[in-house]
Amino acid sequence: MSWIWTLMLLLSTIAALVFGNGANLSAAVQKGAQAGVTLAISIGGSICLWTGVGKLMERSGITDMLSRLFAPLLRRLFPTTQKDDQAKQYLSANICANLLGLGNAATPMGIQAAKRLVNPKHPTLATDELCRLIVLNTASIQLIPANVAAVRASLGAASPFDILPAVWLTSICSAGLGLAAAWAMGKVWRRD
Amino acid sequence: MTEYAVPIVLLLASALTLRKKENTYNLLIDGAGEGLKLLAAILPTLVVLMTAVTMLRESGAVEWLSGLTAPIFSFMGIPPETVLLVLIRPLSGSAALAIGADLMAQYGVDSQIGRTVAVMLGSTETTFYTISVYFGAAGISKTRYTVPAALIADLTGFLVASWVTRLLG
Repeated sequence: MSWIWTLMLLLSTIAALVFGNGANLSAAVQKGAQAGVTLAISIGGSICLWTGVGKLMERSGITDMLSRLFAPLLRRLFPTTQKDDQAKQYLSANICANLLGLGNAATPMGIQAAKRLVNPKHPTLATDELCRLIVLNTASIQLIPANVAAVRASLGAASPFDILPAVWLTSICSAGLGLAAAWAMGKVWRRD
Repeated sequence: MTEYAVPIVLLLASALTLRKKENTYNLLIDGAGEGLKLLAAILPTLVVLMTAVTMLRESGAVEWLSGLTAPIFSFMGIPPETVLLVLIRPLSGSAALAIGADLMAQYGVDSQIGRTVAVMLGSTETTFYTISVYFGAAGISKTRYTVPAALIADLTGFLVASWVTRLLG
């Protein structure tokens, strides 16, 4: 992250020199910092509310219902979990937390699942199942993208959540194609 | 139909928690309090990153970058204005949120670019962070095809986000 930050500064300074935007650049420092506070505060209400709703979802049994719904699909994608009940539980908790937008809950569950999917004979090797786990986690399949909706609401969007169908469609496509790519590469990639 | 998705989720979560004989109201309040902690944690990040993003925009760097990549982006159907978001999204979630918010404010939250940005943010993840956290914890060093596969998923996300917003408006 330190690299990204310094690189962004370097790039803007060079660009300002080249395009003669020095005055704009120094004004941007104050303006940007203030915009950061404004953004954080204006999405604050939604973040608090949805973290609260997230807590309800954990306790309401919605996660259990979802994991029953996805069990057949997960069994196929992760055959190891058929023999390892603990891995199966971590895995479905990870996928469900992602679906419900509970990023903080999803990561520890995903890590536990990843540990159980490691092949004991090759402990440093990313197995096909581990690759699939990563692809599923990076495709961000979310029912309610609360953060983005919060930003949209804070900027006065007519209907902050009307992007939902587009977000769902896009996530499904990227997860699907990511998995397909993983499957195809898994066939040809060396296993050591 | 989508107008009802959010209220229905709220209602379902509350009613089902009530049926489990849990203290629904207290859970909500506790969760909202945790949200406040989350907010306190991301505020400094957003201040620092919004500074960098605003500097990049005002210096002309973003315009230059999008001009440079415009032929490729336009060919694929991705708005060239989103170049910075596409580049940063796999690396840092909060930086992507800062860039996205900046773009939505600049071009209008309900404009085509604003909506494309929102869909991109909602449907992609911080790929490299996820890989390093998961594989770091599990002790995996031979990542094989994980990075290319995850990046293909990201690219698909950016492409479909652009196409879908253009089709659905």
